[in-house]
Amino acid sequence: MEILVILVPLALMLGGAGLAAFLWSLRSGQYDDLDGAAWRAIADDEPQPQEVPVKR
Amino acid sequence: MHVSRDFSHYVRAAGEGVQHIDLAVEGVHCAGCMAKIERGLSAIPDVTLARVNLTDRRVALEWKAGTLDPGRFIDRLEELGYKAYPYETESAEATEVAESRFLLRCLGVAAFATMNVMMLSIPVWSGNVSDMLPEQRDFFHWLSALIALPAAAYAGQPFFRSAWRALSNKTTNMDVPISIGVILALGMSVVETIHHAEHAYFDAAIMLLTFLLVGRFLDQNMRRRTRAVAGNLAALKAETAAKFVGPDEISQVPVAAIHPGDIVLLRPGERCAVDGTVIEGRSEIDQSLITGETLYVTAGQGTPVYAGSMNISGTLRVRVSAASEATLLAEITRLLDNALQARSRYMRLADRASRLYAPVVHATALITILGWVIAGASWHDAIVTGVAVLIITCPCALGLAIPTVQTIASGAMFKSGVLLNSGDAIERLAEADHVIFDKTGTLTLPDLEVTNAGDIPADIFDLAGRLALSSHHPVAAAVAQAAGAKSPVMGAIEEAGQGVRATLDGVDIRLGRPSFCGAEALVSGADLDPEASIVAFSKGTEKFILSVRQGLRPDARAVIAALKARNIGIEILSGDREPAVKAAAHVLGIPEWRAGVTPADKIARIEELKQRGAKVLMVGDGMNDAPSLAAAHVSMSPISAAHLSQATADLVFLGRPLAPVVAAIDASRKALHLMRQNLWLAIGYNVLAVPVAISGVVTPLIAAAAMSGSSILVMLNSLRARNRAREIV
Repeated sequence: MEILVILVPLALMLGGAGLAAFLWSLRSGQYDDLDGAAWRAIADDEPQPQEVPVKR
Repeated sequence: MHVSRDFSHYVRAAGEGVQHIDLAVEGVHCAGCMAKIERGLSAIPDVTLARVNLTDRRVALEWKAGTLDPGRFIDRLEELGYKAYPYETESAEATEVAESRFLLRCLGVAAFATMNVMMLSIPVWSGNVSDMLPEQRDFFHWLSALIALPAAAYAGQPFFRSAWRALSNKTTNMDVPISIGVILALGMSVVETIHHAEHAYFDAAIMLLTFLLVGRFLDQNMRRRTRAVAGNLAALKAETAAKFVGPDEISQVPVAAIHPGDIVLLRPGERCAVDGTVIEGRSEIDQSLITGETLYVTAGQGTPVYAGSMNISGTLRVRVSAASEATLLAEITRLLDNALQARSRYMRLADRASRLYAPVVHATALITILGWVIAGASWHDAIVTGVAVLIITCPCALGLAIPTVQTIASGAMFKSGVLLNSGDAIERLAEADHVIFDKTGTLTLPDLEVTNAGDIPADIFDLAGRLALSSHHPVAAAVAQAAGAKSPVMGAIEEAGQGVRATLDGVDIRLGRPSFCGAEALVSGADLDPEASIVAFSKGTEKFILSVRQGLRPDARAVIAALKARNIGIEILSGDREPAVKAAAHVLGIPEWRAGVTPADKIARIEELKQRGAKVLMVGDGMNDAPSLAAAHVSMSPISAAHLSQATADLVFLGRPLAPVVAAIDASRKALHLMRQNLWLAIGYNVLAVPVAISGVVTPLIAAAAMSGSSILVMLNSLRARNRAREIV
């Protein structure tokens, strides 16, 4: 049963990582346009790569 | 005179040296449009961001500050084949978006916590029947507590807040039993874990929150979407006014950027976007959107004009006044305020259900505890059993019963062209058994049509339409549209207040007043519709008359018949004159009508019907209808309605047909039926589960299975609201 010492924290970390990823995706606006995102995935050619404003 | 467009009101700074504007775009519906627009706009130099939001039909644009005029984007989109309008987020929509995000975050937290707690609970459940050591079980329970307690504290906020609000107002709502259930379940589980007990209910509590948050989020998301559509429609109307920025220079600016004291120019054929007083010019104005009266009013210096009035013949200069200065508006505002105050707070079905439900459940739990103590059980065991009763009866299915139906029904209504302004409109609409229609703009269309086009030779009608293109007069615009004219007659001259004339192949052609065309004899001799505006058309010596009036909505008669078939009482209350109302009532077969009704009279009539126990649905568009829209049990407005009315109405319908009124009634009746059914399903499940809980044999496994089972059953039942409603007529 010593294996629990590794497995339980591992499971909790994985769950925590999943939650963190979800919150990040929510914050970065990935749920703002669900219809558009569905289409973007199958668009033939990507729109022009856009300049990302440089953060200083 | 120089005219420029000014969009600076909508532009905002987005970080260093970057400007941002949001545009609402018409006609974006697929990936092709999205790519085309994004590529087309990104190709403009100095544009740093062009992103389409397909859900909300909007484009977000950013560019290097000071390099570009936003008007250029609109022109570029026009070249690409899309109509775009600058768009401003209303505070109401911003609140809905923030709320929707918060619920999604809560849902995420609750769902992840549920998954992890389940991962720990299942070994405990299976371990209880095999060889799990009590120390291991305690360890797993503590881990569950570690996850579930903070997660519930965060994700439970929407329920706890709402329950607290209700309790501090000395009422209850659905969230009160939910909050009590969750808090007791968690508290009892902690105590049990401290005492090394076999059962803990962390999984049940957090799963309950997850299911309920699904319902809340769906409901909120639908509301957010409706707001976005309504916001776009407001932007597409492009409410602008020609404001004088210099003695001889005007700029087309959004209404939001106009202040009292500014002077605006109102040209023929334009709809006034502000309230004010005429300071120069003479014209006829159509105030039907304000008063319901279809006869034109003569406006000269000193005449008050209201937002929504259509200018017919001459050009006017209007000084903008603060809304309260205008006398008619002040009267309507006062009536509206009174009506809104008197509006009895409608008790939602969910709250009515929980008001009955909560005392029964809490009493059952208490009796269970006392019963077990009397029967000789220890206080500890009795309380554990009592809490188990609360957990098993926690209104999980009850909390989903109404929001899921509401989401699906509002989606179905949305497809048939009806937008919901208020959350409980579906329930109230389903109860409506008497409909009051306004006439002008509601039963009739807001635009004019030619009624005798069939009596005129097709080539003459075409020519009249082409000539009409050269005039700004609304009647001429109606003739041009009816004739489907595309190419204007070259060299046409408009004579203000008279008509248009041109010379074609050496023949003089004229369209305008009968006297202008020399057709007085024709007018005086004919039996004419008293409601119609008469215009004459002459080509050389040939003379014709055209009769132009507001037509009934194309399906008005069928809709009235459909309402009658549903046993709904119908009447017309109109501010228009008696002959006009009488004619419309006669054509539609509505025996009960009143003409020349003031806003106060309309309210009085609604009150009278209320006294008799009728649930009134008011359908109206004019500003004079706004107070009665607020006074009625439930109300609807067409999208062409005055601002005030649209904001007051519970539902707004789009397009030319009247059919959405019946479709909405049908959809809401069906939805209410399903809501009731769902409530009975939830109660039926409780009736089965509660005896098990009282007998004290409930394990966390049974609680979890029962909870998810009933929730899924209710959700599946709600999906039935999607089935297409039967044809309305």
